[in-house]
Amino acid sequence: MTVNVDVAIVGAGPVGLFAVFACGQLGMRTAVIDGLADPGGQLTALYPEKPIYDIPGRSKIRADALVDDLLAQAEPYEPNYILGHHAQACSETSDGTFVVTTSGSRKVFARAVLLAAGAGAFGPNRPPLEGIRAFENKSVFYHVGRRDRFAGKRLLIAGGGDSAVDWALSLAEVAQSVTVVHRRDTFRALPAAVAAMQADPRIQVETPYQLVGLDGVDGHLRAVNIGRIGGNAKRIGADALLALFGLSGDLGPLADWGVHIDGKTIPVDAKTCETSRSGIYAIGDVARYPGKLNLILTGFAEAATAANAAFARVFPGKTLHSEYSTTRGVPVSTQNQHFQTA
Amino acid sequence: MQINVTLADGSTRTIAAQEGLSVMEVLRNAGILDGECNGSLACATCHVWVDESWLDKLETPLEGEEDMLDVAFNIAPTSRLCCQIIMGPGNDGIRISMPHPL
Repeated sequence: MTVNVDVAIVGAGPVGLFAVFACGQLGMRTAVIDGLADPGGQLTALYPEKPIYDIPGRSKIRADALVDDLLAQAEPYEPNYILGHHAQACSETSDGTFVVTTSGSRKVFARAVLLAAGAGAFGPNRPPLEGIRAFENKSVFYHVGRRDRFAGKRLLIAGGGDSAVDWALSLAEVAQSVTVVHRRDTFRALPAAVAAMQADPRIQVETPYQLVGLDGVDGHLRAVNIGRIGGNAKRIGADALLALFGLSGDLGPLADWGVHIDGKTIPVDAKTCETSRSGIYAIGDVARYPGKLNLILTGFAEAATAANAAFARVFPGKTLHSEYSTTRGVPVSTQNQHFQTA
Repeated sequence: MQINVTLADGSTRTIAAQEGLSVMEVLRNAGILDGECNGSLACATCHVWVDESWLDKLETPLEGEEDMLDVAFNIAPTSRLCCQIIMGPGNDGIRISMPHPL
């Protein structure tokens, strides 16, 4: 499936959403690609209930309410949301059109690309265990998916939050055995659930322990080595590991885009927010230039800067008539925003 | 005011620090760590091991710091998130290590 727009925006965090508006004001149609199933980026994934105090004109606003307002502000421009898809590759046709391919095999054709990638695409926070990738999706998992894949297995669950506790209780019903490994005695979960887990004879709780190594062949686990914090390691026989350490940002998928990446940021020209690759711009936390402040409000300004810079590429030869939104207004939407998810 | 850091490869560095900055900010400016969430206790990218002799000079970690250490790896008994350690006369010369890979 292909989508034709003027500007492809990678990242549906606050800055990516405002970029829809900034581009829309200049008559540019947008698609927004994000690996998460819901818009809002870190505001939705990490701190939806936290108040934010430094949004100009809003003395205090909850992160989830800001996302709602940004969606409403973007809505008249009918952005094409492609959520639950990672932006994977970016090629360029002979006439200078970018083709962004998503993990769900969508192709987005655009004259310019705005990278509003924040701290990177969110994926599982992967324990740095040697050889772990060879086990992934065979015997090491970062989410449960189907419960029955743990049926009859010796399951080791690592992590100390709600999900570790709740899944231990749930999967104890189908697994042969469940061992929960956590670095301390305290769990970040409902006290009643923690008490139920600790009292459950089917669940072995190992604290204060952490993962130190995997043992197995061809992606199939035989055992997991766990280490007492500050002490010795021991071996736990296991057929499956469920590692529940939340999400982590990764710019890795952008490595082959021909855009210069420095660590976890992308250097840009502050005047245009253009990256080392012509026609690809970076805005928000991922963009860096001397004096950069990592604030949402900075990212909003960068969205406007990049939209203005991209205009000449999207509409070659067309004069950019400068106008305030009070004069220009916004279009009346003809349809509700539509979200495409994987 | 300074911070003594042992890097993951075993080499050591002494880094000048300004009073009032967090250890994370000083190390981030020096290019040693990322400090992604800017000290808001929403990540664990500033996880360090504090030298044992310095540990009791520091304030007890807040619950939010303990919670985020739950998603860090290669934890030691002296693990801290160094965004929560503010440079002042009491910890001038603090010794820390960057966790090396497992």
